[in-house]
Amino acid sequence: MTHSAQIEPTGAPVIQMRDVSKWFGQFQVLHEVDLDVGKGERVVVCGPSGSGKSTLIRCINRLEVHQSGQIVVNGLELSDNVKNIEKIRRNIGMVFQNFNLFPHLTVLENLTLGPMLTRHMKKAAAEELAMHFLHKVRIPEQAQKYPLQLSGGQQQRVAIARSLCMEPEIMLFDEPTSALDPEMIKEVLDTMIELAESGMTMIVVTHEMGFARTVADKVVFMADGRKVEAAPPEEFFGNPREHRTRAFLDQILKH
Amino acid sequence: MTDATPGRLGKPPTRRPKDLLYSESFRTALYQVALAAGVVLLGLYLYQNVVENLGRQNIATGFGFLDEVSQFEIGERLIDYSSRDSYGRALLVGLMNTLSVSAAGIVVATVIGFAVGIMRVSTNWLLQRIALTYVEIVRNIPVILQVIFWAAVIRNLPAPRQALDLWGLGFLSNRGLTFLLPAAHPAHVWMLAAFAAGIAAASVAARMARRHREATGRYVDMLWPCIGLILGPPVLVWLGFGAPHELSFPERQGFNFTGGATISPEFVALMAGIALYSSGFIAEIVRAGIQATPRGQVEAARSIALRPRFILRYVVLPQALRVIVPPLTSQYVSLIKNSSIAVVIGYPDLVNIGNTVMNQTGQAVEAIAVMMTVFLAISLVTSLAMNFYNRLVAIKER
Amino acid sequence: MTLAPIEVVRREAVVPVPAYDPDARTPVGVWLKANLFRSVGQSLLTLAVAAVLLRILWFVLDWGVFNAVFYTTDPDVCRAATGACWAVVVEKHRPMLFGLYPYDEHWRLVLMMAIYLATVVLSLWPRCWNLRFLVPLWTGAVLSIGILMFGGVFGLPYVPTSEWGGLPLTMLLFTGTVLIGMPVAVLLALGRRAPLPVARGVSVVFIESLRGVPLITILFVAVNVFPLFLPAGVEVNKLLRITVGIAIFFACYQAEVIRGGLQAIPRGQYEAATSLSLTYWQTTRRIILPQALRISLPAITNHIIAAMKNTSFVIIIGLFDILTATTAVMQDPLWRRFYIEAYLFVAAVYLFFGYALSRYARQVEKWIASGRI
Repeated sequence: MTHSAQIEPTGAPVIQMRDVSKWFGQFQVLHEVDLDVGKGERVVVCGPSGSGKSTLIRCINRLEVHQSGQIVVNGLELSDNVKNIEKIRRNIGMVFQNFNLFPHLTVLENLTLGPMLTRHMKKAAAEELAMHFLHKVRIPEQAQKYPLQLSGGQQQRVAIARSLCMEPEIMLFDEPTSALDPEMIKEVLDTMIELAESGMTMIVVTHEMGFARTVADKVVFMADGRKVEAAPPEEFFGNPREHRTRAFLDQILKH
Repeated sequence: MTDATPGRLGKPPTRRPKDLLYSESFRTALYQVALAAGVVLLGLYLYQNVVENLGRQNIATGFGFLDEVSQFEIGERLIDYSSRDSYGRALLVGLMNTLSVSAAGIVVATVIGFAVGIMRVSTNWLLQRIALTYVEIVRNIPVILQVIFWAAVIRNLPAPRQALDLWGLGFLSNRGLTFLLPAAHPAHVWMLAAFAAGIAAASVAARMARRHREATGRYVDMLWPCIGLILGPPVLVWLGFGAPHELSFPERQGFNFTGGATISPEFVALMAGIALYSSGFIAEIVRAGIQATPRGQVEAARSIALRPRFILRYVVLPQALRVIVPPLTSQYVSLIKNSSIAVVIGYPDLVNIGNTVMNQTGQAVEAIAVMMTVFLAISLVTSLAMNFYNRLVAIKER
Repeated sequence: MTLAPIEVVRREAVVPVPAYDPDARTPVGVWLKANLFRSVGQSLLTLAVAAVLLRILWFVLDWGVFNAVFYTTDPDVCRAATGACWAVVVEKHRPMLFGLYPYDEHWRLVLMMAIYLATVVLSLWPRCWNLRFLVPLWTGAVLSIGILMFGGVFGLPYVPTSEWGGLPLTMLLFTGTVLIGMPVAVLLALGRRAPLPVARGVSVVFIESLRGVPLITILFVAVNVFPLFLPAGVEVNKLLRITVGIAIFFACYQAEVIRGGLQAIPRGQYEAATSLSLTYWQTTRRIILPQALRISLPAITNHIIAAMKNTSFVIIIGLFDILTATTAVMQDPLWRRFYIEAYLFVAAVYLFFGYALSRYARQVEKWIASGRI
């Protein structure tokens, strides 16, 4: 049996992955990965660089296309059916390592663009929504600035707010703090913790083990495109079963 | 959760015909087929219209006309041609003229362009400003206006009788540029051959010197030996033929000149116009190239005690050329294409003759196809050569 | 092994160095020394160049101003003078500027140019950049210019396009080229970067084959071949065909510039747009193009200026733009020896518009840098 079978999701499953494999040319980046995420569950994915963890979550909203296996989100299977892809993407927010804010638009415009174009909200309503989430991430005063006028931490919080404006059920975080200066990591993590406390379903790829320990319901360790181990944080950090997990934790927790 | 088994999740979806419409790969294929079909249908439609229209107007199709007798003369030609020759040969004469005026234009544009480009980065403020003014003026006046201007200037020059004397070396008149030339002698062909052989010998020698240096670490200065290898053979051949030094001087005679060599007014005007126009662009390319080598590179080279000549050869030039060569070639191609404005001043280049052929035969499609094909071939060959060069010099990065 | 700490010896600067002040003006003497009289050789060079320059300047003034004839209707007066004959421009300005357009109707062209320039200047001003203003402005401008140029209504005599000419024709050709060419350029650039291989192939072949041939051959196609493409009985105005020909040629060069801008957009921008569920066209219009066009603006301007110069190619197919008109005027045996003055005037017109365009482009770049647009 797979490891995931031993951890029951806390709610109804919203993401189910079975035997997901993917190749870049000849190189296999994902080897038959299984993953289940329940509603409201917080999953942290970690592993050495090149282990396929980013590719894994990018498959969930089809920024990458998996070549075999199944991904089911909210009961809809991710195939090349564009209608399903669109429905699934609307339910998933994504935060990138490099923020990927739109530099030619103000913060407010960054936030209102999605709701106005894809959810057909009126401008006033979209701006109200945007300001609501800017308050949540604690930078309402920056609404009229351009992204490049903000610090990295502020930019990442804007990026989180931008995703939230789509009012998704699931949030994916792809190494959200890796491109930040150390002093800015905390403000972003705090925002994420608040989001977790509000009951959002989250999958976070990160090296921040402190965050994993306090927030995660489940920690997944990946190496060489395989899911090596998945366990609740106390078990994962306290008593890792796999040799490779221990080696990884030794390295990352040493300093 | 019954689904947490490793098998399939849920029922296998039944494929309905409607699903196909939502399939991403199907849509992609559909768009492409539609686009391709659209292009093909448009092409067929246009082709059919052309055939119908030509049929109605009783215009022949096909390239058979290339073999018909042209019945027109061409004033300037590099190969034998008379009005009894075919259209095909007339076009060949035009192509040769296009190539010769372009070659001359490229040489002149390069010389002026490099000189002005170097002036652009001079530390002398005055030179810098002069160069900048020159560049702005020649680049921003339409090349056609420049060509027409020079043609008007030459047309308004005095007749040969009162021709401007160029320090005894030649004359400038409304008949064009006339200049002295060594009298024809069989030695010249052999000198040319010797020159080519000299270049080959010099490159072999330089390579051997490099091998020697790489093998032994000893450096042999090959600069002067190479110059000697290149220039020596022609001089020896010349001496071997008894040093023929007879010159053919142009002389005023009646309404024209005899002796020397004459370049037609149209050639001079066209060449001047397109060359000066391009020289402005080349100057900017050269400036960018010179400024592309960061000062730190030269300092780094000095710090490892490279001789100035080596700094130039191994540090500055390779980096500058990488920046200069690609835009320079495309500038050359655009100069060749600009030579087609010959038609406004009556220089018989490919397009001018093609235009005459088109008017005489009425076969516009074929005549234009010939012109376009020739220029496309020139562009394609150049860009292939450029791709090859770029691959050769590309800085190896990850 | 530990290294002993390095002892740092602090050397105080003996001469106090003035604080760096970017706004400080260099004293004239220092500037002269650095830029003109760096060494003996440089000084000699400067003096020699300055002498030649003064000589040329003197000649230009002597010829162009002191001994020039600015106004006369008699070419013999000019012939007698040793300087330039600017009178040729004054005397012949109407055929030069307006070409074959009926002489009595020239006021219509003056009015047209005024409307045209006002419209363009207004459209270039960022404060006017909203569709609610621009659409009526251009509709009005196009309508009134059309009425003025064609006539045939309101008691204005009809003037066919074959009689249009001079500077207004140059302006129309140029504007038409840019207005038609830019959208085509964007489409070609997008096509060349499209996810569909067939679209890429079609765009590449189209762009590269048109870039590979001289503009003249495309004008020949527009004039001689295009009518053959149409079914019998259908005709397209020659001026329009030529404008479209120049526009498509322009578009192929511009497409390559825009493609450069597209390539500079990081993949993350596309991914972020995708994760917001934006469609391809929404992403292109709202996210990608605005950034790509800003990035490639300097090169775009260069090609727009080139398009203005390229309108002069119509001389080959007999359209009477300002250059053709001037060349025709210079056939007049009484005045034709003053061709230099006439061509200098035309060159000055092109230089002026080219300079204005590049200054404006530089201003736009400043606005972009300061985040105003």
